[in-house]
Amino acid sequence: MNKPLLTVCSLFAAILAVCSDHPAVHVEPTDSVGPRALEKRTEAAVIRDYLQAWRSLSGAFEKNRADLLDPDFTGTAKEKLTATIKEQLKLGIRTRYLDGAHDLQLVFYSPEGLSIQLIDTVEYDMQILDHKTVVTTQHVRERYVVVLTPTEVRWKVRVFQGQPG
Amino acid sequence: MKSRLTFLLGGLALAAMPLALAQPGGLRLPKTLEAGSALSIQSSGRGPAVLYIVGHGQVLKRKVQLGETTLFSPGDLHSAGRYLAVLVGGPSTEKSEFDVTAAHHPGALSFLAKPSRLPVDLHDGISGVVYVFDAFQNLILATTPVSFQLSGAAGAMQTRTVLTHNGVAWTKMNSAAKEGTAQFVARAGDAMNTRVIQQVPGNPCRLRMSARPSGERLTLETEPVCDCRGNSMPDGTIVSFTETYDGSESTVDVPLKGGVARTDMPAYSGARISVATGVFIGNEIRWRKQR
Repeated sequence: MNKPLLTVCSLFAAILAVCSDHPAVHVEPTDSVGPRALEKRTEAAVIRDYLQAWRSLSGAFEKNRADLLDPDFTGTAKEKLTATIKEQLKLGIRTRYLDGAHDLQLVFYSPEGLSIQLIDTVEYDMQILDHKTVVTTQHVRERYVVVLTPTEVRWKVRVFQGQPG
Repeated sequence: MKSRLTFLLGGLALAAMPLALAQPGGLRLPKTLEAGSALSIQSSGRGPAVLYIVGHGQVLKRKVQLGETTLFSPGDLHSAGRYLAVLVGGPSTEKSEFDVTAAHHPGALSFLAKPSRLPVDLHDGISGVVYVFDAFQNLILATTPVSFQLSGAAGAMQTRTVLTHNGVAWTKMNSAAKEGTAQFVARAGDAMNTRVIQQVPGNPCRLRMSARPSGERLTLETEPVCDCRGNSMPDGTIVSFTETYDGSESTVDVPLKGGVARTDMPAYSGARISVATGVFIGNEIRWRKQR
């Protein structure tokens, strides 16, 4: 009698997992991040702002709107992502990025507190659309090296770069 | 939720395509490529196709002929990261992932030196952080030596070489014993960046004044005010002279000029006069009218 109930529950849980908009986030414990101690509140703010940056990035790439990057990206990262979106627009391409899981490790906090570096092993689904046709969908697992810098109200992504392995 | 469902439905639709269409094998390209280098992609089959190269760093699209080699010139693919190459031709779609890594030669340094102004003789008072980029603004993740050099008109040159870890190197340096401008230079390969650090005198270490009568008044004058290393305090530093007499107190604040502070105060016999700058207190004079 319990078996059908278990099956239904499992199915329901699977559907919920698929339909959830929030990626699974795991943060490696950080004993030391170099020359400056990292307060828990700073760590939480950095992670919150970084995950928000992924949401902005997804929206910007899907809608081909570079302005959506403004609140969360700056410097080199913003310039490069903006250039990619312009290329997409020119070629009639859109890309959907859906981050499913982040495995984060904060690795460096600079002595004056003006930059923080993290490594993110992220799993995401990527869908390429040429005009309105879906070209392909791919599940990708990639390591990112990310540098964030503080601004008036939040941490912004300054370097956002995938690396092999 | 909507976006996840879109993916789910999109994935199901693609999965429903005949299996033969998704068979890989015809797309040959390197797994790793250095940013800025040429790339050739070999495909199999015949007929027209479209090749997509898609990543966060760049998007390229080319019309190609199946069975021919598609060439990308040096510099075409310059942004580091993971890319998906997709070849769509006739009924088939082939795809393959590959990585573009940063070039090995440093092309630019992001150098942050703090603070830009600090007191002399401070141990580990200056910090320098360098992120090393290639000519395409990719962070070079391979270990790279960075040399830091702090030099000025006064004091010995300090040099350190630090290896980058995940593209970043940092160090701390001492400020010199003598005031003045110092050049803080970071170098990696041919890339170099300089910051200017102002080293200013520390807290005053010696404050002495003398008094001489001038009619009904006293002329008070300090000796040159210096820090513990003998650096003169900058002009404009406020020196306070305080005279206490018969239960009342009066204070005159005077800026340093030419390294000394000078003022007049009433010459009350029995008055006590003290001098201070900031929290540092100098000598005290008890004035007696000479007969």
